[in-house]
Amino acid sequence: MNIVSAQNLSLTFQTNDGPVHALKDVNLDVQKGDFVSFIGPSGCGKTTFLRCMADLEHPTEGTISVNGMSAEDARRKRAYGYVFQAAGLYPWRTIGGNIRLPLEIMGYDKADQDARVSRVLELVDLAGFEKKFPWQLSGGMQQRASIARALAFDADILLMDEPFGALDEIVRDHLNEQLLHLWERTNKTICFVTHSIPEAVYLSTKIVVMSPRPGRISDVIDSPLPRERPLDIRDTPEFLEIAHRVRDGLRAGHGDDV
Amino acid sequence: MRNLLPILTVVAAIFVFWYAAAVVLNAPWAKDKAQRAGVELGFSELVSDTWSQDKPKLPAPHQVGAEIWKTTGAMVAKGRAFSKRSLIYHSWVTFSSTALGFLLGTALGIALAVGIVYNRTMDMSVMPWVIASQTIPILAIAPMIIVVLNAVGISGLLPKAMISMYLSFFPVVVGMVKGLRSPSGMQLDQMRTWHASSSQEFWRLRLPSSMPYLFTSLKIAMAASLVGAIVGELPTGAVAGLGARLLAGSYYGQTIQIWSALIMAATLAAILVALIGVLQRITLKKMGMAQ
Repeated sequence: MNIVSAQNLSLTFQTNDGPVHALKDVNLDVQKGDFVSFIGPSGCGKTTFLRCMADLEHPTEGTISVNGMSAEDARRKRAYGYVFQAAGLYPWRTIGGNIRLPLEIMGYDKADQDARVSRVLELVDLAGFEKKFPWQLSGGMQQRASIARALAFDADILLMDEPFGALDEIVRDHLNEQLLHLWERTNKTICFVTHSIPEAVYLSTKIVVMSPRPGRISDVIDSPLPRERPLDIRDTPEFLEIAHRVRDGLRAGHGDDV
Repeated sequence: MRNLLPILTVVAAIFVFWYAAAVVLNAPWAKDKAQRAGVELGFSELVSDTWSQDKPKLPAPHQVGAEIWKTTGAMVAKGRAFSKRSLIYHSWVTFSSTALGFLLGTALGIALAVGIVYNRTMDMSVMPWVIASQTIPILAIAPMIIVVLNAVGISGLLPKAMISMYLSFFPVVVGMVKGLRSPSGMQLDQMRTWHASSSQEFWRLRLPSSMPYLFTSLKIAMAASLVGAIVGELPTGAVAGLGARLLAGSYYGQTIQIWSALIMAATLAAILVALIGVLQRITLKKMGMAQ
């Protein structure tokens, strides 16, 4: 079943310097349970595409369906959880309070809220931090809390926009590993935007390579790696081969202007 | 307590300057008196005279202090804290219109800010009027407000409070518009992804985000409210309040009375602003935002 399906999707921003083609004729299907990474240089439209799925941007041409309905309906039905680049936790709420926020908004009852908060805190390895305020946590922990917040309600899709972009590599490796575990345990469909080739190859079942001006898909790679992935899989020839293909795709998309 | 020494140094410097200024400003009158009496004044006699005149141009600090004590502490000791001669009574009168005006101004300011943030028409149209309202000299408009309100049968506390409100809503509007708009685009997008209603967005995101801005504005608004209340007492022939004391003092050349009313007003303002500071610290601490 197609969870996300985009047909001839284009998005043009009108700016003072003339139109900017953020996305041009993008076609993509994402199956249920997929872990899809979007990789490409800045300006290739990967974040814009994710925002189109989330109904935060509106395509100027083409159609996109999410969970079998329009992106707007999917947003209204709360079909996805969205993790932004920054954790964006409210400083006046505790970690528990932050995770409870979408639950309050969606009208879950009190007992259910409590159960969900402790379950997702467990899931992201933050049990015991419920009463702490965001500033008492490190950047990596804050980002985990924000992932917990996106997992707390019943959405089958997780959209992640460079969630680990601001973290150092050691923390990032650790969180990547945790994210894979989480994906396995929750059986969600994940769309993940990243700058990093190893991150994309390590995490994904499907890698979408994008290129800029206009933003378009230049290659879609179905990963042959098994779903079970220890960190040292990154040293295997299969892994390096895929990474090589991604790099080629990025280079080809760039043309001569690098 | 490490900032106690600098504060005391500044206070001491002010006192030295004040006493010196009192000597310089009051000396002509002292010399005049001495000349008419045919006496020659030595330096120490001149100084002690300038610091103890009945109607000096600039009363010395201890004279003002004595007057304040006479009209506050001494009255309390006699059990007449709220007699018409007591500065406590006059401060209370001014305080009540300050407080009412401050509350009205804060309410009006927040209401306007919410309107400006949520309504495009108000966003385009209200701010210029709000700014224009503050360019009108309050001294010119205060008698009008009192006369007009009197004509429709409103008198007493409310007209004065309206003048306080007129001055105090402005900083609240400006601060709250900024505060309610302080959530980042990302935070607002996040609310959209949860399909939050406007009221949920307001109560859970915009209002809490605006708190630090609100308290800063409230401090300015409180001080402006007090000015408004005093100005409201000046042109209206009010018989009570610090403004009335100031006016009566200037009619009869009672400079000591004027200065003691001024010091009282300054003290009142300091206390009220400090109260807001305490409220701010408690609120932000409760919100986990005071680190």
